Amino acid sequence: MKDRSIHVLNFVGLGFFEPAIRLATGEEVKKNLVVLFKKVFLPILSVGLFLVVWHSGARYLYNIEKDARIEKALTDRGEVAANEMRVCIESGDIGCQPNTLPSPAQVWTAYESLLSDHRIISEKKTAFAEKVAATNAQREEQGLVAIKYTGRPSFVDQIFTSLKTVFAGFLLALFIAVPIGIMLGLSETLRSSVNWLIQIFKPVSPVVWLLLVFMIVKTLTRNSDTDSSFIISFISVGLCSMWATLVNTSMGVSSVDKDYINVAKVLQLSVGQKVFKIILPSSFPLIFTGLRITLSVAWMVLIAIELLAQSPGLGSFVWEEFQNGANDSNSKIIVAMFVIGIIGFLLDRIMLTIQKFVTFTEENA
Amino acid sequence: MAYIELRNVSKSFGVGKYRTKVLSNINLEIEEGEFVAIVGFTGSGKTTLINLISGLIMPDEGEVLFKGEPVTGPSHERGVIFQNYSLLPWLNVKNNVGMAVKEAFKKMSRKERVKRVEDYVEMVNLSPAIHKLPKELSGGMRQRVSVTRALSMSPDVILMDEPLSALDALTRGNLQQEILKIWNKDKKTALLITNDVDEGILMADRIIPLKPGPKATLGPEYKINLERPRDKTALNHNEEYKKLRNSIIEYLIQIGEQRASKKENNYILPDIKPKMKPTSFRRLSFS
Repeated sequence: MKDRSIHVLNFVGLGFFEPAIRLATGEEVKKNLVVLFKKVFLPILSVGLFLVVWHSGARYLYNIEKDARIEKALTDRGEVAANEMRVCIESGDIGCQPNTLPSPAQVWTAYESLLSDHRIISEKKTAFAEKVAATNAQREEQGLVAIKYTGRPSFVDQIFTSLKTVFAGFLLALFIAVPIGIMLGLSETLRSSVNWLIQIFKPVSPVVWLLLVFMIVKTLTRNSDTDSSFIISFISVGLCSMWATLVNTSMGVSSVDKDYINVAKVLQLSVGQKVFKIILPSSFPLIFTGLRITLSVAWMVLIAIELLAQSPGLGSFVWEEFQNGANDSNSKIIVAMFVIGIIGFLLDRIMLTIQKFVTFTEENA
Repeated sequence: MAYIELRNVSKSFGVGKYRTKVLSNINLEIEEGEFVAIVGFTGSGKTTLINLISGLIMPDEGEVLFKGEPVTGPSHERGVIFQNYSLLPWLNVKNNVGMAVKEAFKKMSRKERVKRVEDYVEMVNLSPAIHKLPKELSGGMRQRVSVTRALSMSPDVILMDEPLSALDALTRGNLQQEILKIWNKDKKTALLITNDVDEGILMADRIIPLKPGPKATLGPEYKINLERPRDKTALNHNEEYKKLRNSIIEYLIQIGEQRASKKENNYILPDIKPKMKPTSFRRLSFS
């Protein structure tokens, strides 16, 4: 049981729990305490240190902003106004709070308010669904489109929209880059003939890709009235992120160990078998490294693209909050930042786990 | 007509100025059922020679004949045991061998194929490890799998490219005996490439030294008329064995020296004397 859970944890990249489990069963207490200290307490310490630096930094910026406000009130409207401003700021009144980097506590409050916001919106949604259930059933019988909830999406909804977009983009990248990469890897001629195109397109910025996709999709969806922002954003995400997989796949396929190729020759494998039984398995590690990079690039680029394409998701959430300029907007942006970071980390771990499942390890081989 | 025949075979590698002739003017005849060993220094072109016979590479000049027909590419009739095992790391023992069986006996039913794989794995005593991946096996076990893979296709000729050179002495001795035992069963034609003269004498009917490259050619052959089965410890006291061993080694040392003396250049050393004063030497040595 113990060894099994340790194995699983290591497999999914959460190996830092290992010493805790070993300690719990009283195994080599001294050694495991040291490991636990290194792997768990030191990271927690560094997070704590980060929070302290963040807090004092935010405090410092807040004071600059506050002094400037009071100063401005003094020069513009005189002594009385300045005093009023000071009292107003210190009372914590929302109307006159300085707009600057929020402190950790403010971000936490914003996080809680986003969560409660989500609960309220979900309740509204279920209420709405109950209310229109009968009507929708009727409409369905008549062959009409069901009435949908068109209210504001909550933060959690935005996260899922973003995940949907990133997976659509990732799958697009996968289905374009892997087959093309294999073909390029197999054929030296093909590789050298498209090499320039790849080298030129690879460093193109996400923004430009978005505009390019926009130009094409806009024309293609001219006659349909569907919302094309999702299509535009997921295609742009796919196109931006596929290069790592494309390059890695073609490199992996073209650099298969000569010994394996010799084996294929001596066994007289057919071309198809050579590709599927020798070349692909031996280039799996590189292909998966490419896919991991692709997924993390896709997630990174997604935010920028959503922000520009105005397609719903975390990116547009950030942009709307920035435009909104409400008192807790800045805190909500920071919440979004952490959510984006943590999801990116989890996505990478998932890919790593899948990679470990399907590829062989070279060690001692 | 010989079973395998190499006629005036030459092979070069590289381009332009850097083109070097690895093998030059190789003539070799191997009869059916014969066990021939080729001994040579590292880098003398031994692997190139075996690749030529297996059909992995083509000669620049001359021709390689197998059963009287020119070799045009690899064939199931010539099984190769590679120096570095070349097992596919993502397949277990069963599948590594199974892949070869499947290719060599396409008409065989699935059941027969599985049986064949199991029989051959049993033959090299690897049945307990049949579901293991190559990385879980020791070097000796891996080479056994490689041997099994080559033999399971029931080739007419076994080409061995330094199959045991990466193994420790004990494992090496065991595997030598095992390969000999398998070979003794159906006396297939075998070509062993090795850098170990003792191994050659123990296993082969004939030993041919390969002169060191570039432009490597074959030296004079040595017939080994020792009775089989040969016992390694008993051989150590055999007069004929000692004589044979000494003459082959002497020959190899001799051609090795020839190569060394050919390469020797007269470097003119600069006429420089140390600037340090003798006193400072003394201080250094006595303090």
